[in-house]
Amino acid sequence: MRRSVSIAVLTVAVVIGVGTVAVGRKDLLASAQQKPETTEVKIDNFSFGPATLTVPVGTSVTWTNRDDIPHTVVSTEGAFKSKVLDTDEKFAYTFGKAGTYPYFCSIHPKMTGKVIVQ
Amino acid sequence: MAGTVKDEIMHDHNHDGIDRRGFLKCMAWAGTGALCVMSGGVLKSYSLSRLPGLSPKEAMGELSFVQISDSHMGFNKPANPDVAGTLKAAVDKINALPGAPDFMLHTGDISHLSKPEEFDTVDQILKSAKPKDVFYVPGEHDVLNDDGKQFLERYGKGGKGAGWYSFDKKGAHFIGLVNVMNLKAGGLGTLGHEQLEWLEDDVKQLKHSTPIVVFAHIPLWSVYPEWGWGTEDSAQALAYLKKFGSVTVLNGHIHQTMQKVEGNVTFHTAASTAFPQPQPGKADSPGPMKVPAEQLKSVLGITDVNFVQGQHALAVVDSTLA
Repeated sequence: MRRSVSIAVLTVAVVIGVGTVAVGRKDLLASAQQKPETTEVKIDNFSFGPATLTVPVGTSVTWTNRDDIPHTVVSTEGAFKSKVLDTDEKFAYTFGKAGTYPYFCSIHPKMTGKVIVQ
Repeated sequence: MAGTVKDEIMHDHNHDGIDRRGFLKCMAWAGTGALCVMSGGVLKSYSLSRLPGLSPKEAMGELSFVQISDSHMGFNKPANPDVAGTLKAAVDKINALPGAPDFMLHTGDISHLSKPEEFDTVDQILKSAKPKDVFYVPGEHDVLNDDGKQFLERYGKGGKGAGWYSFDKKGAHFIGLVNVMNLKAGGLGTLGHEQLEWLEDDVKQLKHSTPIVVFAHIPLWSVYPEWGWGTEDSAQALAYLKKFGSVTVLNGHIHQTMQKVEGNVTFHTAASTAFPQPQPGKADSPGPMKVPAEQLKSVLGITDVNFVQGQHALAVVDSTLA
């Protein structure tokens, strides 16, 4: 009797262990196959919100201009450059490498922001 | 604000017809219609109600030109859904001035999005203005996406670099500067080394008595740097103009009239013909300001400038479109 209980406990433990491994593998597969995580930056009142955004490598960031005035999203170091964005127009860029990416609006250079990719 | 001149002058130490308080009142008139006459570097102010009492020469001068600015053709948001209509109203106002101005200056943001059809519409509307010559400098909205190539092709032929140039009219020297190119993150308007060198050379041979008129889109004085309303290297440009007795600097960009006198230099910003922007720091951002439709024309306008030869006098008159 004692023995069979032990076997039962062991079996449950093994099943849980296998289950955990399976779930972990599924997560890995999902992150490799699904689209990159998307994050939004909103342009409101001549400012980028959030002004500093931290994202994992592979993230696609979308900027949306919600002002009545056109803006641009231009990397200070030349990594990316949007066309002029009129009201409600969007620009997206996927960050494939870790690093800090400062950017600004080339029409209103007082508008600055940065994306930190980890 | 149609007070008599006597009201404004309380401390006329220099017997020049203006004291500091009077000057501030003159500033307050800008936008509602005032005549501010620069005479030998001294500002004199008259309310428009006194104009009929001035001699025609005083009122008109020998050289007369009009500044318009920030027509933003293509803008269609609630602050003004009909920017073509208000530009036409500005042309009507110009055509109604006593005596046709010799030419027009457009201090930039001709278009809203640098689209060819926007420039075409402005060109078409300005054809009906009595003054046929128009001198342009670009605003940041005119050089989007192509580093100003289209602007140069349309308006900047014969200019140097990004489109800066100078010309002479009846003894006055006009200088059109470009301060909307290669803007740096966190910075203000920029003239750049090449343009500054050109400017130094351009004014080198001129007599100190030559009246100078400088026009550029972004203000060449620090109006409100927090909103980008200033030019990084304007001090260098103004240093080259120090030797001149009379310098008038005309700008746009901030969509409201504002004036400042600093030594020999009078700075003046013109109203937009499209939409108003808030006073510095009086809103969350410098975005278009929506006013009740019936008030819109009272916050848009044109600027009429007269120069009396031999008197070194430039009279700057702002009129609303109302």
